[in-house]
Amino acid sequence: MIGSSRFRTYVAHAVLLVGILIVAFPIYYTFVASTHTLQTILRPPLPLLPGGEFWNNYSEALLGGVNRIGGVGVDVLLFNTLVMALGIAIGKICISILSAYAIVFFRFPLRMVFFWLIFITLMLPVEVRILPTYKVMVDLNLIDTYAGLIVPLIASATATLLFRQFFMTIPGELVEAARVDGAGPWRFFFDILLPLSRTNIAALFVILFIYGWTQYLWPLLVTNHNDMNTIVIALRKMVSFADADTQWHLVMVTAMLAIVPPILVVVGMQRWFVRGLVESEK
Amino acid sequence: MTPRVVFPNKVLPYLLVAPQLAITLVFFYWPAGQALYQSMLKEDPFGLKSKFVWFANFEKVLADPAYVNSIKVTAVFSLATALVAMSVALLLAVMAERVVRGKGLYRTLMIWPYAVAPAIAGMLFLFLFNPSIGTLAVLLRKAGIAWDPLLDGTDAMMLVVTAAAWKQISYNFLFFVAGLQAIPKSLIEAAAIDGAGETKRFWTIVFPLLAPTTFFLLVINTTYAFFDTFGIIHAVTGGGPGKATETLVYKVYNDGFVNLILGDSAAQSVILMVIVIALTAIQFRYVERKVHYG
Repeated sequence: MIGSSRFRTYVAHAVLLVGILIVAFPIYYTFVASTHTLQTILRPPLPLLPGGEFWNNYSEALLGGVNRIGGVGVDVLLFNTLVMALGIAIGKICISILSAYAIVFFRFPLRMVFFWLIFITLMLPVEVRILPTYKVMVDLNLIDTYAGLIVPLIASATATLLFRQFFMTIPGELVEAARVDGAGPWRFFFDILLPLSRTNIAALFVILFIYGWTQYLWPLLVTNHNDMNTIVIALRKMVSFADADTQWHLVMVTAMLAIVPPILVVVGMQRWFVRGLVESEK
Repeated sequence: MTPRVVFPNKVLPYLLVAPQLAITLVFFYWPAGQALYQSMLKEDPFGLKSKFVWFANFEKVLADPAYVNSIKVTAVFSLATALVAMSVALLLAVMAERVVRGKGLYRTLMIWPYAVAPAIAGMLFLFLFNPSIGTLAVLLRKAGIAWDPLLDGTDAMMLVVTAAAWKQISYNFLFFVAGLQAIPKSLIEAAAIDGAGETKRFWTIVFPLLAPTTFFLLVINTTYAFFDTFGIIHAVTGGGPGKATETLVYKVYNDGFVNLILGDSAAQSVILMVIVIALTAIQFRYVERKVHYG
């Protein structure tokens, strides 16, 4: 190392600590707020340290408090969000690994047409076709259903492109060897391709799970009933900065419940997540 | 490229692409086509009659001062978000490259915001900064700074930019760290031997070599600020105060779902489509170049 004086390292640590403080502070403060009484929150500034209401607030929120203000229990909200996030992650991985498999390992008329049809969907995010897509949902009776929350979001080009890119690095000899040994396309897919794709699938799973969990515009459009809301949408409905009735201590508990599961997934699967993110976007 | 070894099946591949293709056609191409078609229709408010008007909706939308305002708002919002998120992340990444101990821990703490939904990020910042109960707003007021994001357009813009940029720091940090690690240490050492100081080394060697990463992130951050921040705007400001934070995507939603002006909303959708196509094209041109570099 060059010029690695102690002072230089100290400065780096100091800057990083300030950075962490900025990055972590809003989340930390949400936790702090979730452990204080409503009265304390309404009289800012809020203390920097957690208060003593952790058990009271969390049990109140979980045992009907959120139900009272939002019309639906926090367990239902978490369940809806989990179904949506898992549905999108698993659904997307399944359909895109299959189509990438077809495009890389088979030769058939219209192959490139299909590839381009899938590729172009990159350029049609839901935001640019809001109204007509909504109309399709109404025509297909998908409003307020889990299928409506999940299916339209599981088709996208990114996952297919990622798998295609990875499949193209698999040597032809491997396919040839499998064929000589009498393995058909399904055998090859399940016994060779899937095990080889394990890390890619794990990485993609994290990214897609977060994508599903943090959706906003789509659940806002396709859910009307409160009991189909995701936790992010429900949280938005609970908060009102204009009137004084917002139950801030319960809102903050709900916010923690909305934030913590995806953070655990990202931090727990950090190794795959970071590699998947940096590699898949190249 | 040598021809790939493939399986000889004739029907199977169609079955394999069928699920994705079906969803793509029903939920992407059909609605996108509808948007294109509707953008050239003029409908009465009850949806009883419609008339084909070619590009009249586009002319109307582009001549609308509210739309022009929305373009300006989006430009300011996107550039500010990208600039703040990228410069903070770059500084932190450079510092993280310097330290040996604690690197993993710093990274773990740094990636949290990635998992937070944009709408929630917006609400957290509004909780901190709203004039009635926001702790930081109270501190600002005590420091003598007039601050009210619910009434003042500039303050509202600063608030949504902060929330949007905060959420994107993690992503940029990871990419800058990867970019920095790819820079050969020998180059930096050679410069040091030639007597270049820390700052000079950064601006003449590290920063130019990071250009591909920076450019890539610029495109990604712009796309993010354009499209993924709908939640922040919707949850924090609702486009207001006035129309100070009404971005293009928010306006499409508002005109289509709240005000029910279908033709205008469709025309705006098509304009957005053109913007996405341009951004994607830039991204992929650049990706190809990067592949050639190896």
